[in-house]
Amino acid sequence: MELKSRIPAGPIDRKWDRHRFEIKLVNPANKRRYSVIVVGTGLAGGAAAATLSELGYNVKAFCFQDSPRRAHSIAAQGGINAAKNYKNDGDSIWRLFYDTIKGGDFRAREANVYRLAQISVNIIDQCVAQGVPFAREYGGLLDNRSFGGAQVSRTFYARGQTGQQLLLGCYQALEKEIARGGVTMFPRTEMLDLIVIDGKARGIVTRNMVTGAIEPHLADAVILATGGYGNVFYLSTNAKGSNATAIWRAHKRGALFANPCFTQIHPTCIPVSGDYQSKLTLMSESLRNDGRVWVPKAAGDHRAPNDIPESDRDYYLERKYPSFGNLSPRDIASRAAKEVCDEGLGVGPGGYGVYLDFRDSIRRLGRDKIAERYGNLFEMYARITDEDPYEVPMRIYPAVHYTMGGLWVDYNLMSTIPGLHVAGEANFSDHGANRLGASALMQGLADGYFIVPLTVGDYLASAKLAPVTADHADVRAAVSAVRQRTERMLAISGKRTSQSFHRELGRIMWEYCGMARTAEGLRTALEEIPRLREQFWRDLFVPGSGEELNQSLEHAGRVADFMELAELMCADALHREESCGGHFRVEYQTPDGEALRNDDQFTYVAAWQYAGENKAPVMHKEPLHFENVALSQRSYK
Amino acid sequence: MKLTLHVWRQSSGSAQGRFVRYEANDVSPEMSFLEMLDVVNEQLAAKGEAPIAFDHDCREGICGSCGVMINGVAHGPSRSTATCQLHMRLFKDGDEIWVEPWRSVAFPVIKDLVVDRGALDRIIAAGGYIGVQTGSAPDANAIPVPKDNAERSMDAAACIACGACVAACPNGSASLFTAAKMSHLGLLPQGQAERYRRALSMVAQMDLEHFGGCSWFGECQEACPKEISIDFIARMQRDFLTASVTRA
Repeated sequence: MELKSRIPAGPIDRKWDRHRFEIKLVNPANKRRYSVIVVGTGLAGGAAAATLSELGYNVKAFCFQDSPRRAHSIAAQGGINAAKNYKNDGDSIWRLFYDTIKGGDFRAREANVYRLAQISVNIIDQCVAQGVPFAREYGGLLDNRSFGGAQVSRTFYARGQTGQQLLLGCYQALEKEIARGGVTMFPRTEMLDLIVIDGKARGIVTRNMVTGAIEPHLADAVILATGGYGNVFYLSTNAKGSNATAIWRAHKRGALFANPCFTQIHPTCIPVSGDYQSKLTLMSESLRNDGRVWVPKAAGDHRAPNDIPESDRDYYLERKYPSFGNLSPRDIASRAAKEVCDEGLGVGPGGYGVYLDFRDSIRRLGRDKIAERYGNLFEMYARITDEDPYEVPMRIYPAVHYTMGGLWVDYNLMSTIPGLHVAGEANFSDHGANRLGASALMQGLADGYFIVPLTVGDYLASAKLAPVTADHADVRAAVSAVRQRTERMLAISGKRTSQSFHRELGRIMWEYCGMARTAEGLRTALEEIPRLREQFWRDLFVPGSGEELNQSLEHAGRVADFMELAELMCADALHREESCGGHFRVEYQTPDGEALRNDDQFTYVAAWQYAGENKAPVMHKEPLHFENVALSQRSYK
Repeated sequence: MKLTLHVWRQSSGSAQGRFVRYEANDVSPEMSFLEMLDVVNEQLAAKGEAPIAFDHDCREGICGSCGVMINGVAHGPSRSTATCQLHMRLFKDGDEIWVEPWRSVAFPVIKDLVVDRGALDRIIAAGGYIGVQTGSAPDANAIPVPKDNAERSMDAAACIACGACVAACPNGSASLFTAAKMSHLGLLPQGQAERYRRALSMVAQMDLEHFGGCSWFGECQEACPKEISIDFIARMQRDFLTASVTRA
């Protein structure tokens, strides 16, 4: 299979404009003849559904929560990047493009990333017009702050709740379109399979999570915007419901999965407090603007942090990376935290934590200013730990947060299944091997507002789509397969809950496919995961029936998919014999412990094809060509 | 800690519900309330019993999915805290806890502690937005917004649509929710063009959904995990009155 990225020709700063002219358009009066399904209504999906409807398409949108406003985009805290250069500090579209390529450790497609930087400015305009209450300066204009991996201040924010406000902007636009009749919304409905007819994506099979009814929904094109797969690790900063089911089922129907091992571990999350821990809480990277990361210099120093004088503190990020200091990119900061904790210098119960200290900035700026910037984050921390970050340093530790990998897409954000488009975190497209802070919100909205609504039109105007109904053999087969799988899961009647299996899978993945990976560890995982999966299908117990609201059944289905995805992630990590971004192979590092890329052999996207149950997946390579940014060792010193 | 829970169980919307007693043993003070329910559910599943169904997602107080009455108080005993953020250190060994879903005719029970809050989406659909098509916006800095207005708008925009305000109100009113959205948008220049149309349509929808009216109890403000102020209700009423007089 040849991967055609369909990158337009010409200079990089003209590719998107040229493409917009060259792709086919659907005449305004014809748009209403087409229907588009959008699965997932977070930033990418909500924006796409609203925009497609505004353009005149008939949209059916699906989410598993009770309302689109619950999507996990809502929890993003720190901010959204855009190359507005309002701060007059040297920012530009080119610089944002460059920072993102470098931040991604040279494993992303240049053309997609440039487009992202270009569109970033339009996103802020759209959000402000929708009434997103971004922070302002006294003169009434928008404020900015700095974020990791950048030496300019380009992040727009709304307190520590930027994701919430951006999502509400999209959600409100979506509700406007629902009221107008352009979008039919199906909440509490999850996608359990993709319907492919004559090689094209023509719909989805869904389960109504209240009644249990399994039914097909057909359309002319399908967009998946279902978020990331971090919950394969069980503990992550994702919401409890976040899952990979929609993209995984699409993968099994023919959509290649790109770079699955590129997962991001965020350095500043609240440490685990017990076995019952159900998820990890993120403390926004924006805190690192004003917080200083440190551990005691001596192992076994159990003094209260405020009793430890400066001379006994190791501000290790400032020491190791003088240019970026506490704002070093996430992969670098996470590994540095793990390193100091592995050396016995960690703090807090269990010794897996480092301090993020606001003492100096509170002294410099005053408590009120700090409260204004981070108020809700400090409260969140205090609620969970019963410690007050205004008085004592926060304790933080790295946690799984984001997945750069996802379904492979071309320049039109279309997967290897014609008609199936993928937007937001669910695709692999823009962040390479490491995502910079404040860029996920940017990518979700770029994809949803400005890219997919146009590129879907190109597909619709070009594809010859025969009408299909629910009676079509392929539709019936897909529905039947979903019913059988659901019944099978309910019928196993074993002894272990899906929670128990999920926890065990999470432990295997964190141990062997987490921050530091080895060939031996990955091979161990590749034996343990299939064994666990086999146990799952023999010993799973799901209470209740399928004809009712059944959260255990929902969870079991998602874990079943994680069990397969986990194996692919380990296989991908094992094959990629280099370290880059969030993928750190202990065997491939520089003398001072930084990631050592192997550009000669691995400058490509690894796109995996499903080959069938219990068969090894097949890898296809999309070579990456860096014409505009010279490949270099990524240094933040 | 050992706790006794009385949890509302209801197998479907049309079924009769009732309280069922459960013993929660070995509850750690560091656990969150929902983590405690997770543990209870694992024990129920181990016995072959149906786990307690409850809405939840982010577990960090921002998505608004979760929300139960805990000993008669929406989201429980801690101010400005959603159910998922409540930690068990606020309870003591031997406590009895009554757990119920939001009670409102506008929020029909689906199962156990899960209710249907679609009415809140419908209020937003009625006018809780600014009608701007994607791509048509002017430069973001074209219109300055006084910092105080932006801060106040953000205060109102912080609403997570959990429904605690409705659950706490003796009238079952959704005024705080509706007022929060109206104020968020009405405090910004971008929200002015539709401000009065919005006031009429959102209040009309609120009434259609069978929420009660506001008679100034102020219970909503006390229950709100995001500290939304009833001052916004006053603002809503002013806008509604102005709109009624000038545009009816």
